[in-house]
Amino acid sequence: MRLQKSALASGAVLALGLTAACSSGGGDSAADDTTITVAYQKTAQFVQLDDLLQKAKSEYEAANEGMTIDLVPIEAEQDQYFTKLALMNGSADTAPDVIYEDTFQIRSDAAAGYLQPIDEYVEAWEDWDQFPDTARQAGLGDDGKVYGVSMGTDTRGLYYNKDLFQQAGLPTDWQPESWDDILSAARTIKEKLPDVTPINVYAGKAAGEATTMQGFEMLLYGTDDELYDADSQKWITGSQGFVDSLAFLETIYGEGLAPSLDIALDASVGARVATELLPQGKLAMAVDGSWLPGGWITGDNAWPEWEDTLGMAAMPTQDGQEPGFTSMSGGWTLAVGAHAGDPQAAFDFIATALNKENSLKYDTENSQIAVRTDVAEDPEYLGFNPSFEFFSSLVDYTHFRPATPDYSQISSNIQVAAESVATGQATAEEAAATYDEGLVSIVGDDATQAAG
Amino acid sequence: MTAATLDRSTAGGGFRRPRRRPGRTALRLVPLLPAVALMLVFLAGPVLWSFYGSLTNQALTGYKAANPEFVGLDNYADLLTDDGFWKAVVLTVVFVGASAVIGQNVLGMALALLLRAAARPLRAVVSALVVVAWVLPEIVAAFALYAFFSTDGTLNQVLGWFGLEGPTWLISVPMLAVILANIWRGTAFSMMVYGAALSEVPPDVTEAAAIDGATGPQRFFRITLPMIRRSISTNLMLTTLQTLAVFTLIWVMTGGGPGTDSSTLPVLAYQEAFKFAQVGYGTAIATVTLLVGAVFSIVYIRVLKPEVD
Repeated sequence: MRLQKSALASGAVLALGLTAACSSGGGDSAADDTTITVAYQKTAQFVQLDDLLQKAKSEYEAANEGMTIDLVPIEAEQDQYFTKLALMNGSADTAPDVIYEDTFQIRSDAAAGYLQPIDEYVEAWEDWDQFPDTARQAGLGDDGKVYGVSMGTDTRGLYYNKDLFQQAGLPTDWQPESWDDILSAARTIKEKLPDVTPINVYAGKAAGEATTMQGFEMLLYGTDDELYDADSQKWITGSQGFVDSLAFLETIYGEGLAPSLDIALDASVGARVATELLPQGKLAMAVDGSWLPGGWITGDNAWPEWEDTLGMAAMPTQDGQEPGFTSMSGGWTLAVGAHAGDPQAAFDFIATALNKENSLKYDTENSQIAVRTDVAEDPEYLGFNPSFEFFSSLVDYTHFRPATPDYSQISSNIQVAAESVATGQATAEEAAATYDEGLVSIVGDDATQAAG
Repeated sequence: MTAATLDRSTAGGGFRRPRRRPGRTALRLVPLLPAVALMLVFLAGPVLWSFYGSLTNQALTGYKAANPEFVGLDNYADLLTDDGFWKAVVLTVVFVGASAVIGQNVLGMALALLLRAAARPLRAVVSALVVVAWVLPEIVAAFALYAFFSTDGTLNQVLGWFGLEGPTWLISVPMLAVILANIWRGTAFSMMVYGAALSEVPPDVTEAAAIDGATGPQRFFRITLPMIRRSISTNLMLTTLQTLAVFTLIWVMTGGGPGTDSSTLPVLAYQEAFKFAQVGYGTAIATVTLLVGAVFSIVYIRVLKPEVD
């Protein structure tokens, strides 16, 4: 009893101290209608967005006397960025007014009530004509309303190091036609250059969406199967393509063709590929996004030699089946938060940030595939980066993720499957079966169908 | 300590005025009210709220974030049939058993015994070194240990000087790495508790045993250990509960991986709630962890029950 009493008393003192601390800190955080908070992602190698928003902030504040833009960079890798954003959106007090939002999260977050439709504002925006239908669709919610303005899109392909290919006796003008071509090149590299990691395909949970999209989906969408049947609006279970894609990961990680697990399973694997493994010639091939050259052209991790060193190839389909190649496209938007005090002002900031001049700046610096027609046709854009032409050509083969409200959870489920085969904890068949179980528990029996 | 003194003084007051007034006991409870209210708001409240959350399908995003449904015990039913959950239970038991019950306790006791016999300067140096691990904030300790165990880390560099090539600790033996890390971090606490307890053992008792011909180990197991058994059970309870709640250390060092090879219950709960966005399911795991902790406390409190010496 004595012990408990003193514990109670000290607990009370602690609690009092905490409440005092809370109440003293709570006063100044309430935002008023003259302040627009902007939540966005910033990391050591992703500062282009920060640059853009800083520029837009000064332009907007100069044009709108009395308004303040409060930039809230969230310094986290993509995976934690979504979590932090969701937590910020959990309360009206902390919810941002303008949100940097991945296109695949839009339906999900719109359904969760974190975003508000901006149809009336885009209709009145003179620049909206510059956004073609494909770009507009990227910002649509489940209800068909517009929730986000596309900043640019991207594609994915295969980077390969020409110097290493030459040393290993492989052609420097290379275009694989099937997965087997990739595997045989990787095996040659491993044999001839044992110190070099032959290929990176993301497969760790910590890499988040990169594992799903740059890794697994780049494989799956090159098979005869897909994740989701858009016609019947059902998720597909038990497909051979799913097993084969996991088996590819199983092969490269099992044979030591991929990075060792301490690198592959770390949250920083994406940054290491872009700033360390590729530039230092430690990695011969990488399936990765079209934005990588953005970090090599300027900034802290500039690597001017990338143009001569790296070759780019389209990702082949599994056995070279039609149309021969595959790619995935995503992209990000700026969206207006559901709790924005003054949605018109929030949208006006978006309009400033994504006007022609700023879109051009962002699309070139961050190696985006421009979506605004006037930017895409601008000679300054076309001449800025030699990789634009190649990655834009992949748009013909590209696929989009099934961005239903459940996608983000299903994506996590895919990452679990990928990591379990990469670590050898499950075979491709076992991991696919686990995925099917998880899928049914997320979307329910009615929303799935067996592969036919 | 303060509570004990207070009790004595009020007991003295009672002696001067032996007649009990009705309502006096109730009046004595009044000063407790703020504390009880705060406990209810800050402790019982969140516990009940988390229990309620575990009965819903609340998610971090999507329709279920806006309109969570009450699903009864579905989350718990799913848990019991989930292999990942049972794996996490086993890993948690291994982690707590190896690092707290065995590692921290035994090593802490050994250090306390050795230090009692050590020369003063040595004692000061060794205790300072051990206590440093305890003083470090958990996140700092976790980063230090990540740097120590990682593939190009300190440990493998040192092994390299001797021509040995260390394994990728955090990948090939993740549980061993986090267990060693938690032992390193927590031993200081046990050492201090046992150091204090040992100094309370009256020397004349052990001396008497020595005169009766008891050997060193006999004196330790038959005299010293029984005399400090309450300190042992208190310490066991505190280290067990503390280790059951360890999250930062594991999350920073291995992220629960590779795969799920070091996902203890707190790590699993975090992943389900914040990575896979299944807040309801994650909360159910957290609630189970809470129950496991409660069972441990009850067992230890039973053992601790005051008894006549």
